[in-house]
Amino acid sequence: MKLNERSLAFYATCDTPADNEGFLYKKGGRHAAYHRRWFVLRGNMLFYFEDAASREPVGVIILEGCTVELVEAAEEFAFAVRFAGARARTYVLAAESQAAMEGWVKALSRASFDYLRLVVRELERQLEAVRSGGAAPPRRPRALPPKENGCAVWSAEPPAAAAAAAATAPAPAGATPGSQPGPEPPPLPPRRRASAPNGPLDSASFAQLHEWYGQEVRELRSQWLKSQAQPEGGGEA
Amino acid sequence: MRYNEKELQALSRQPAEMAAELGMRGPKKGSVVKRRLVKLVVNFLFYFRTDEAEPVGALLLEHCRITQEEPSGFSISFLEDPERKYHFECCSEEQCQEWMGALRRASYEFMRRSLIFYRNELQKMTGKDPLEQFGISGEARFQLSGLKA
Repeated sequence: MKLNERSLAFYATCDTPADNEGFLYKKGGRHAAYHRRWFVLRGNMLFYFEDAASREPVGVIILEGCTVELVEAAEEFAFAVRFAGARARTYVLAAESQAAMEGWVKALSRASFDYLRLVVRELERQLEAVRSGGAAPPRRPRALPPKENGCAVWSAEPPAAAAAAAATAPAPAGATPGSQPGPEPPPLPPRRRASAPNGPLDSASFAQLHEWYGQEVRELRSQWLKSQAQPEGGGEA
Repeated sequence: MRYNEKELQALSRQPAEMAAELGMRGPKKGSVVKRRLVKLVVNFLFYFRTDEAEPVGALLLEHCRITQEEPSGFSISFLEDPERKYHFECCSEEQCQEWMGALRRASYEFMRRSLIFYRNELQKMTGKDPLEQFGISGEARFQLSGLKA
């Protein structure tokens, strides 16, 4: 399959702060050695470089649909990025400290586009509710992946699956690592409502990157403030 | 660059935001228009030969620019090389606008900005951080400071 690799490399090395970065050991294959690589997480893409100064990634792991688990491995602070499917690869990675490992597992579990979309929709719903005058009672957290409960497995699966898994697998806080049931193929992500706009940003013009995003946010804020302007006072521009 | 192609193929089989047969022309000089099944899934645009199950290719839609092209088409180009354009031809102006809107909203980075905006608005209006109930208020990726001025 062709892929716009140059654009990927550009995305990997752009100036905006990464969602997580650091050295990890990556297992080459089932019986292969670990290689120390510089990892950069951006969005739902986990890039890895020869070292922190490299301009071009060695590779990328597309994280959509993965689950992240702790694993029993010879290497300390090891965890796995696992995909569903018959011949799917499992990426075994190892951090250099307990804190780094936990940081990575948390960050990777929440890295999917699907997860982000769910959170955005929930906030949209709450904002709409508040705007239309009512209080916004937060929907019961069943709608989103459960908070950390001390279990070793954090799932990037869609919330229906995560909630179902949490319900069927009794897992008290502080459970020992690896106590979750084996990975099942995640269900298909929920279909997006065709009529739900993502926001008022339908035809923002594209200038250079930072200016555009900054402009976007300023426009939205000003639109919102104008819509809230009181008759006797002027709205802020 | 190595990448997990099997997972990308699996992703191409997921339910799509948008899918349609469009005319597509690659960025190389002298390339011709071909009919392709074009499918938007998360932040990837897949394109298939109309009778094949596996995609010919995929475009990651981060840091890209969507531009209207006459008559009823649009192009996708990327920040690092704005002159290199993937052209798409729609069957109507309406379809074209629909695709352009969907593609502009399809990046992870756009979603992130939306989240930060909604979070900020809700915090101002209710005095509470809406992400706290989900246990993610501390996540680096959702901080306002992540947006550069």
